[in-house]
Amino acid sequence: MDLKIVNYGAGNIKSIQFAFQRLGYNAVLSNNPDEIITADKVIFPGVGEASSAMQMLKESGLDSLIPKLKQPVLGICLGMQLMCNYTEEGDTKGLGIFNTNVKRFSKSVKVPHMGWNTIKNIKSDLFKNISEGDYMYLVHSYYAANCDESIATSDYEIEYASALENDNFFGVQFHPEKSGKTGAQLLKNFLDL
Amino acid sequence: MLTKRIVPCLDIKDGRTVKGVNFVDLRDAGDPVVLAKQYAELGADELVFLDIAATLENRKTMHDMVLKVAEQVNIPFTVGGGISSVEDVDDLLHCGADKVSINSSAVKRPELINELSKKFGSQCVVVAIDAKQIEGEWFVHLAGGTIPTDIKLFDWAKEIEDRGAGEILFTSMNHDGTKGGFANEALATLSELVNIPIIASGGAGTIQHFADTFKLGKADAALAASVFHFEEISIIELKEELRKQNIEVRL
Repeated sequence: MDLKIVNYGAGNIKSIQFAFQRLGYNAVLSNNPDEIITADKVIFPGVGEASSAMQMLKESGLDSLIPKLKQPVLGICLGMQLMCNYTEEGDTKGLGIFNTNVKRFSKSVKVPHMGWNTIKNIKSDLFKNISEGDYMYLVHSYYAANCDESIATSDYEIEYASALENDNFFGVQFHPEKSGKTGAQLLKNFLDL
Repeated sequence: MLTKRIVPCLDIKDGRTVKGVNFVDLRDAGDPVVLAKQYAELGADELVFLDIAATLENRKTMHDMVLKVAEQVNIPFTVGGGISSVEDVDDLLHCGADKVSINSSAVKRPELINELSKKFGSQCVVVAIDAKQIEGEWFVHLAGGTIPTDIKLFDWAKEIEDRGAGEILFTSMNHDGTKGGFANEALATLSELVNIPIIASGGAGTIQHFADTFKLGKADAALAASVFHFEEISIIELKEELRKQNIEVRL
């Protein structure tokens, strides 16, 4: 399988590469549009600050490429947030793939939301062999507001979208590469799509 | 609901775990990668690796270890010890560490916290504080708790948060090694004072100590070393008891 991880300089992608390696797949880093467009599956990672990550995407011309992809694409953490319409972080316009906005948790809870939390209201083949109430590892200060495209939700301050799906595009707020066996199952499901 | 985290801590020297690791089932308990995998299997939520002999010479050994842990372990981990610059952190994150923990270097140059959180995001910046209560007042100590300062714990914690840290790892020197329980009063004050997660460290001896630090100390995570390394407390049994006491844990 031709599996590409979009490498635009945002965050720690070694862990994602290793997670696929543990499943027996070689995920290759690439910032080359010609390579990404022909891949079987694409991972869109991201850790860090939204406006500077979007700036890096623009500089490599990947901001216009990603919404046009036809193969299954999985955004992880900030990657998922950048696929939304808009994020309050750095007042940043997103790629508009998911029809929802990203907001900051209020000061009524500890921020970042850090640790293992349950996922609920799961639907989609992405969660095959994963159960309602299973745990995923999350680290984030901003969340995607719940919407029609939610395929999983989590509770922290409010109920928010912890996974999204629109056509061939998938996004997860949690880190499947760090979420033990449940996370590995999700990555396997993505490869099986 | 967000769960409370159980965090085993491994002391590392020259790429090997040091002192006090006695796992009956392991062929090589000195190999941090083997041990880390075992802990992930046993239900640990996160791991901390502390390079206790951090020197320039063994930096590459530490990088190799971090790379191997990232390759084989599927839960998050933090690396601490001898980190004093943006470059140090860049190297460790590139090897696959999820978070780094800084301590003395942050006290000596607090701007480091701002630099790290700006460049890598708050989520990967843990600031560790070693503090000792002297005549009722908590003071920050350096170099593994051996060097006293006149910095007050709660002032420093607030400053750490303001400068952009994502988490505080608080060790009470009065409780560390005693197995008499965590410093819950100070922990609860910290947890009220700052709006970032607090990891409790120092004093774990019994299962009830963990329950107390989550309930009374309002800690978000609890770190321990020897009670886990010597199998005095099994993580699964610990979590089952915590759940019985209505504390959210991942089982």
